[in-house]
Amino acid sequence: MAHIQLKNISKTFGNHTALTGLNLDIADGEFFVLLGETGAGKTTTLRMIAGLEKPSEGQVFIDGVDVANWGAAERDVALVLQQYSLYPRYTVRENLEFPLKPKIRRLPDAEIKDRVDRAARTLRIEHLLDRKTDRLSGGEMQRVSIGRAIVRKPRVFLMDEPLSALDAKLREALRTELKNLQMQLGATFLFVTHDQIEAMSMGDKVGVLNHGRIVQTGTPYEIYNNPRDTYVASFVGSPPMNLIDGKLVDGRAVMAPLNFELPFAGGAKTGAATDGRPLVFGIRPEDVYLETGAPVEARIHDVENHGVEKILTLRVGDAMLRATVPARTDVEIEQPVRFAWNPDKVVLFDKGSGISLRHAG
Amino acid sequence: MATAVMTTLDPNSRSAARGMSDLTIRNLFIIPTIIFLIVFNIFPLLYSLGYSFTDFRASSPAPASFVGLQNYRELLNDPFIWSNFAITAKYVIVSVVGQVIVGFGVALLLNRDIPLKGLLTTLLLLPMMLSMAVVGLFWKLLYDPSFGIINYTLGLGSFEWLSNPDMALYAVAITDIWMWSPFVMLLSLAGLSAVPKHLYEAAAIDRAGSFYTFFRITLPLVAPILMIAIIFRTMEAFKTFDLAYILTSQPTTEVISIRLYKMAFQEWQTGRSCALAYIVLIMILAITNIYVKYLNKVKER
Repeated sequence: MAHIQLKNISKTFGNHTALTGLNLDIADGEFFVLLGETGAGKTTTLRMIAGLEKPSEGQVFIDGVDVANWGAAERDVALVLQQYSLYPRYTVRENLEFPLKPKIRRLPDAEIKDRVDRAARTLRIEHLLDRKTDRLSGGEMQRVSIGRAIVRKPRVFLMDEPLSALDAKLREALRTELKNLQMQLGATFLFVTHDQIEAMSMGDKVGVLNHGRIVQTGTPYEIYNNPRDTYVASFVGSPPMNLIDGKLVDGRAVMAPLNFELPFAGGAKTGAATDGRPLVFGIRPEDVYLETGAPVEARIHDVENHGVEKILTLRVGDAMLRATVPARTDVEIEQPVRFAWNPDKVVLFDKGSGISLRHAG
Repeated sequence: MATAVMTTLDPNSRSAARGMSDLTIRNLFIIPTIIFLIVFNIFPLLYSLGYSFTDFRASSPAPASFVGLQNYRELLNDPFIWSNFAITAKYVIVSVVGQVIVGFGVALLLNRDIPLKGLLTTLLLLPMMLSMAVVGLFWKLLYDPSFGIINYTLGLGSFEWLSNPDMALYAVAITDIWMWSPFVMLLSLAGLSAVPKHLYEAAAIDRAGSFYTFFRITLPLVAPILMIAIIFRTMEAFKTFDLAYILTSQPTTEVISIRLYKMAFQEWQTGRSCALAYIVLIMILAITNIYVKYLNKVKER
């Protein structure tokens, strides 16, 4: 179990800058999710903590010790990769035993057997122990590779998109299992993903990475409800937050090119939201609702039925707005409707920098 | 249906304009090869099988008479032939083991990011591309007791490599190792670079030492391709003629093919030498079969 700190990390590969000035603080026993698009630098961050990559600048601390000169073995981390990395030609049992068998750290046979059996039971792969790894399905392989990590009782678990190669059902199942496992072991987890649903559902804390910079860290609740900037707002959430250009006039939100007005209540540091300042209004689709007699008229552009709910695309002028409504709402395409939003939930972003007015002045 | 698996001819091509069908073109390519094989391989093979049951001598006009299995019986009871086989076996083991150790070792050294890797690899492959006879003649000079560079560099005085009956076979094997290690190296290098990098990373994370990683990951993954190299080299070493013949003429270096050559073209016992050739062929087939069985087992694991 360990506490991990990254201080001012930068990493360049030739001319390409992968990470700039990265600061991260992962508490002991925390499930930390690093969320970002492909190429944002998530894997590089992970590999640097594992000791497979050296930072160009900055320091990595594990339990307060600078580990710059430690190899992967000394750091005592476990890494689960997207491509499983099982050792070919060995059975599942041999794969699980692998990290316990090197001569230097060789454990007694009884202990090895005990640990392998326990890991297999936790991951429900007991029936596969004598099977060769190439006869396993993707989900089974990923369990084995997680098993190989847990037999060792490492200080930190690093997981690099371990679920993204699996099909949807399995992904959901393993998501829950991983979260349970982490709570059971009480271990520090750093989980990398590009899937915001994984991040929201598993993380104690989420760090959003964009182009090699940490944009925001916080609990999933904070990230979702109070995004630091328009990038986080549009990346997290499915469908993403609606972002509309506009300005404030007398405490009302006036959409600049679209010419509609909605009431607005707070949601910024006092004094920051001055009249006439160019802004971006952010509103989650679930906070947009249809109502007869609501202030704005729109047309239904598209309807996506998701079973429990419908996601409507509303057209106002030539702007599109998403709204999540109960499935029983009866609408047709091109039908005119009236909508409003929950004025308490509106987030204001500065038009120029894209930064939320709740976070910066 | 042979035609079913073939792709159809592009209707606009020149061949199509000349009115050739897919089948014609296929035959055009295959028939010369088949004729060549029949004339130069299969026919002599069968013809010599016939001779191996006769007392035919190519040097005398006397007609061949059928002697049944007498040639085979006599050869297999001949202690001198068996000593030739023993020499050959010793030679094969020394030379193949040497080639695998040197070739695989060099491949391990080359399997990393080093400057001029491509050039280095190409240069190391050169010995393999020389002709056997040339290599033999060169090494004869290198081994020369009075002015050879080997004795000079190793400070061995006038140590006799080739005329010393105990040393001569090893001298031939060393030359063969020099010449054919690059072959093993090339195949090993292909095998080594096919080992996924993430496996090494996983092993490093799993805190495996370099020996442990080598024996548990590298070697099992390279084993099949290394086996192929060993099969090829064993077959070749078993048939060695030129190197041994050119370098030395000690009785201790009389490998089976030299014996065969002498029997056929110095003693003119054509029928009997055909029988010996068949015995050698069957032995090589048997050894190769054992290897191939083992190879399949290695692959399955």
